[in-house]
Amino acid sequence: MTGLSIPLPLKAAPYISDWIRFGPGRTVEILTGRVELGQGNLTALAQMTADELGLAPDDIGIISGNTALTPNEGYTAGSMSVSMGGMALRFAASAARVLILREASLKLNAVYRSLSVRGGGVLENGRQTDLDLRDIAVDLDFAVPVMDYAAPLGPEWHKLSSPTLPRRDLPDRIFGTPFIHDFAPDGMVHGRILHPPALGTVLRSLDLKALAARPGVIDVFRDGSVVGILAESFAAVTAATDWAANRTDWSVPDFPQSGSLRDLLARAAGVETVVHETGEVPDKDANAVEVTASRAYLSHGAIGPSAAMAVWRGGRLRIWSHSQGVFQLRNAVARVLGLDIGDISIEHAPGAGCYGHNGADDAAFDAALLARHAPGKPVKVIWSRLDEFRVAPLGAAMMTSARAHLDETGTLTSADVLVTSPPHANRPDMAGAANLVTATRLSSPVPLAQSADLPLPQGGADRNAVPAYTIPNLRVAKKLVHDLPYRTSSLRGLGAHLNIFTIEMLMEKCAAMTGEDPAAFRLRHLEDPRARAAIEAVMSEGKALREDLEPGTEGCGLGFGRYKNAGAYAAVLARIKVDESVSVSHVHAVVDTGEVVNRDGALNQIEGGILQAMSWTLKEEVKLAGPLVATETWLDYPILKFSEVPEVSVSLIDRPDVPPLGCAEAMQGPVAAAIGSALFNALGIQVCDLPLTRDRIMAAALA
Amino acid sequence: MADQQGTDGMTITLNGRQTAVSGHDSLPLLHVLREVLGLKGTRFGCGQGTCGACTVIVDGQAVTSCDLPLEAVRGRRIETVECLTAAGAAHPLAEAVLACQAAQCGYCLPGILMAAKALLDREPDASDARIREALDDNLCRCGAHLRILRAVRLAGETMTAAKDR
Repeated sequence: MTGLSIPLPLKAAPYISDWIRFGPGRTVEILTGRVELGQGNLTALAQMTADELGLAPDDIGIISGNTALTPNEGYTAGSMSVSMGGMALRFAASAARVLILREASLKLNAVYRSLSVRGGGVLENGRQTDLDLRDIAVDLDFAVPVMDYAAPLGPEWHKLSSPTLPRRDLPDRIFGTPFIHDFAPDGMVHGRILHPPALGTVLRSLDLKALAARPGVIDVFRDGSVVGILAESFAAVTAATDWAANRTDWSVPDFPQSGSLRDLLARAAGVETVVHETGEVPDKDANAVEVTASRAYLSHGAIGPSAAMAVWRGGRLRIWSHSQGVFQLRNAVARVLGLDIGDISIEHAPGAGCYGHNGADDAAFDAALLARHAPGKPVKVIWSRLDEFRVAPLGAAMMTSARAHLDETGTLTSADVLVTSPPHANRPDMAGAANLVTATRLSSPVPLAQSADLPLPQGGADRNAVPAYTIPNLRVAKKLVHDLPYRTSSLRGLGAHLNIFTIEMLMEKCAAMTGEDPAAFRLRHLEDPRARAAIEAVMSEGKALREDLEPGTEGCGLGFGRYKNAGAYAAVLARIKVDESVSVSHVHAVVDTGEVVNRDGALNQIEGGILQAMSWTLKEEVKLAGPLVATETWLDYPILKFSEVPEVSVSLIDRPDVPPLGCAEAMQGPVAAAIGSALFNALGIQVCDLPLTRDRIMAAALA
Repeated sequence: MADQQGTDGMTITLNGRQTAVSGHDSLPLLHVLREVLGLKGTRFGCGQGTCGACTVIVDGQAVTSCDLPLEAVRGRRIETVECLTAAGAAHPLAEAVLACQAAQCGYCLPGILMAAKALLDREPDASDARIREALDDNLCRCGAHLRILRAVRLAGETMTAAKDR
């Protein structure tokens, strides 16, 4: 076929048989490298495949994230399951249909163009024949390139399966026991690695003999500064690990820390690199409008801790993990343990909520290390809540400043953006590094790599640091800092959360200076009709949110962003009230994510993104004490509660004729910005250090 | 385990059935449910009684089971998430939560549903504010709160209608 742009995953896995297999008994299975993290992506992938084959989604089995069976699609990250993985399947299924109908045309002695598929049957001129496409398919050779035959159906054929099809995995997640935490094969033992309080910590001493004698302990071992514990029950391994933690002498590296997070970031060494430049940006002068914003380190905070299971048998290692990238994890584990990747297989299995590079991979490596000490026995590892806060990678703290100049008509002539941040991407196997925390303390240590972050256009720390607005002279720079002792990697949205917040606060400030309505000011600097449509829709649909505001305590604000400047468009209005602290009473969002495959699934992701972004923006902050992450329990890290949840309404602009864009991360920046704008609207001051707690609002009011 | 006392002849009423428990007095109820009795629907979240993932109902009250020693529930009536899908008709909460697709990862749901059931058993017509209050100690990280609130209200309506019939 020509004229079709090739979905990227097809480059590494070009054959139909890489993606779909037809078996006896009319079974159809899709093979996807994407994994279900609770976002509902597998339901959408089954729908996209089913539509091309004229089958019901329930007719389609799914094999997902398995190093032995599925394509390697990289990490399930970046809101790309549908836009990349789904499009690959849509193309592959369409190619399978073409081959099947060619064969059917021979069998029926019918014209190819008169044939179609529905409900598994082959139709000729719309009339059922006695052929089932699956009976034909089982005898065909699909080891042929997808792009030789791909002919995806037009939008009128999509969503034959219901656009609100319920999630196929949900009943089991709520009422069943699908989680790795629930695994209990015969002979399984429980393991834990004793994690130290900080990175770079060295184990001075621990009475291993006494530890081995604790109730239920089967075996203990030490390798460098790593201590592993194997026990007969979860309760026993938990008790033994707690016992050891209270009796271990660690040498913690020194890190004097004082002052605010802004000071910490400003003082950290790093090189400023210009990542985007058009025209010429003037130096700072008295006419410049400037905003500097910051956010604290954030915790992933899944409700279930990271877990994994591993077993060594006959020199081969098998791992079950809720990693976002089982192939990348396999490479990293192989490198650290000196194994051939052919001797390791990793299967994805459900864990609790995943919002980025959390502790899943580290727990998997812990399980592998423990399993090596108990050959033949499955070893299950479940981290503690303390490990989740202290050992798992954090979402990076950051500081972004944006400076603009306006001409005499109140139009933006230039903007200068600087992002200062630790890296947002330190995943296993990135740039060949293992990036597994326990491996850093082995007697032959494998240190964490110094990450180069992700480059634009998708960006890491600088994701969405390039304003979506029309600004003729523009410079965007990134200063990556590496000498802070806290481990960071990818958390939902990466830099987009703070960068969109900062740019939107700048737009608000400029609009206030020109005395213009903030939405009108934004629209005057936006050409993209889809961006304009989203903002115009949210302003008209959310009219009630802007009415009857009590001056001085209530406010309504707008936030807009297009995720990665290439994904979904999101325009958000938030109505807030300020008394003791900020409470949000209503959020209305308009989202354009292109073609919507599963409407309810998209809404679920968007609603969840709104509430999580609210939680980050108003409440969340990992506490630091010198080199330590001082946040240890949920009591130290409050997140959004049921009593704080506002009314939320969401409109989707469905565009069936344009490609799906992915929506799961689109809300983080625009929601933060809408709340910040609402606070500005209510109090007339901008508070730009996140989270927007009472203390910070008071400090800003008094400044 | 040398430092733990065995529990002799202890029984609890578990999801309506008399159940003998051969656990250990100081073992948290959560571990007894999951590891000893094989009822794994109740989740381990924090082990500190701070997230609500392990919430069960003891004598009509929603409590966290990860920090509740077995000895504290001797002879008590305990309900776990498994009671919502036990043989026979699904509980209105089980139907409502699926009808509303009220979850993302689903990990927090069993605890939340137990907190909701404890409320609805007493007040099937509980207001939105009462439902929020009852669920306030249960954390959800994916942001499924709105759908969960909708599902609990829907279940409450079904239960109220059944009561009135």
